[in-house]
Amino acid sequence: MKRQTLILIKTLTWLACLVPLARLLWGAVTNNLGPDPIANITFTTGSATLNLLTISLALTPVRRLIPELSWLVKFRRLIGLFAFFYATLHLATYVALYAGFDLHAMAADIAKRRYITMGLAAWLLLLPLAATSTNWAIRKMGGKNWNRLHKLVYVAAVCGVIHYWWQVKPGVLSPLSITLMLALLLISRPIWTWNQRRKLRLRAA
Amino acid sequence: MLIGKPPDIQSSEITSPDQYAQYLDRRRFLRGAAAAGAAALGVARLAEIFDPGLRAQAGTKLETVKSPLTTTGEPLTSLEDITHYNNFYEFGVDKADPAKNAEALPTRPWTIRVEGKVKTPKTFDIEALLKLRRLEERVYRHRCVEAWSMVIPWVGYSLSEFIDQCDPLPSAKYVQFLSYYDHKVEKWASGQAISWPYSEGLRMDEAMHPLTLLTFGLYGQVLPNQNGAPVRIVVPWKYGFKSAKSIVAVRFLEKQPPTTWNDQAANEYGFYSNVNPNVDHPRWSQKVERRIGQPFYSQRRTTLMFNGYADQVASLYNGMDLKRNF
Repeated sequence: MKRQTLILIKTLTWLACLVPLARLLWGAVTNNLGPDPIANITFTTGSATLNLLTISLALTPVRRLIPELSWLVKFRRLIGLFAFFYATLHLATYVALYAGFDLHAMAADIAKRRYITMGLAAWLLLLPLAATSTNWAIRKMGGKNWNRLHKLVYVAAVCGVIHYWWQVKPGVLSPLSITLMLALLLISRPIWTWNQRRKLRLRAA
Repeated sequence: MLIGKPPDIQSSEITSPDQYAQYLDRRRFLRGAAAAGAAALGVARLAEIFDPGLRAQAGTKLETVKSPLTTTGEPLTSLEDITHYNNFYEFGVDKADPAKNAEALPTRPWTIRVEGKVKTPKTFDIEALLKLRRLEERVYRHRCVEAWSMVIPWVGYSLSEFIDQCDPLPSAKYVQFLSYYDHKVEKWASGQAISWPYSEGLRMDEAMHPLTLLTFGLYGQVLPNQNGAPVRIVVPWKYGFKSAKSIVAVRFLEKQPPTTWNDQAANEYGFYSNVNPNVDHPRWSQKVERRIGQPFYSQRRTTLMFNGYADQVASLYNGMDLKRNF
């Protein structure tokens, strides 16, 4: 791919990833975040996190299906880091706007409310991934170890979706679409591996 | 995500009383609008005479008197937010749905059936109910179980005034309220797990408490459909879902009636459901609430026991364990 094309697509990706934040900032400045701004901020940052995580997990299966798109791997880090960025905003919304920085209330929430515990777990799982996202860290850790650590993204995504289900009212189905997407992506990986092994075996025989 | 420090005077404290003043001005203006507004008003009045149904329309002014039971010192939530952020599941589960869909609700003709432990079952027509007592303006805090809140200027009179007309028997210990339900009108209801019609209930002494309001309007106007037109209950010291909308039947009972959200999830929604910061919802704390229509940095409020009406209502629950009877 030409360098200029890559720069163009990277710029567009940056802009697309910034859309949820821009909408919130614009809403905050114009006092136009809807009747319940805190709920809006929470929902927007939470959905952005899950959507970006799902997109980052979709890149590998897409590359395998369409080898011409293998350059997509260059965007995985960017999208993954944006997912972490929104997860952090989501957590900050809870800490500042829901808990009002009240440590006592937060401790009680983490102990008592499983969706908060699960959400925090998801963020804590993403934290080392974001911290080791630099080229330096990859070199330092070695590709194999780095890859092994970054498998945590699957666990984080599953925790994130469970966090969503546990938060909504019983009977509300809004987390369903993201759950199905994620399930599809997760299942596609063992199927791919199994298929590769079968091919190898066939070739060997 | 705090952007700058909140200003010393919150914008809400500036705008809302303004809005309220505007609204009072408008009412004063309309009351004395013999000259300027005469043409427009005259046409509206004539239309009303020929088609009484028009009087039922949301936005129609209601004459009110002041009430000593009104809540003071809180800026009102805007009419826009009160009418576009609703839980009225018969018209859809999204907060914005009822404003879009509730137009279908036929608010005239409208009657309330009175049944159960009464001397004689009766039916009251909405027009008669509107004239039964002077309509009062009562500003109440409104606290949803979902941890958001509003301040709403309701219009109505104490439910006790209506109950007196129903002649309940001494054996009546509870009152059940049934909401309007027609699956052809409320198409959004049938896909849900809830069994309709919506049912709510109060203990007799709660229903007879002067704060419990039989409500016909808000902001000095006929109730918009999405807020439970043409007549609803408002119980300001309980979570919002206890205040049944669009009432078609009132039943006096010896035993506690089944109530919609309690049937759905008894561990989340108790029969009493008094606003209580010391009893958490299983999924969130009830210690704080988000005031609707405020900027994100000043939405947070401490939730008060009985929603701030403890002085008036706490005695109803003397000797009761409110953690068990939540």
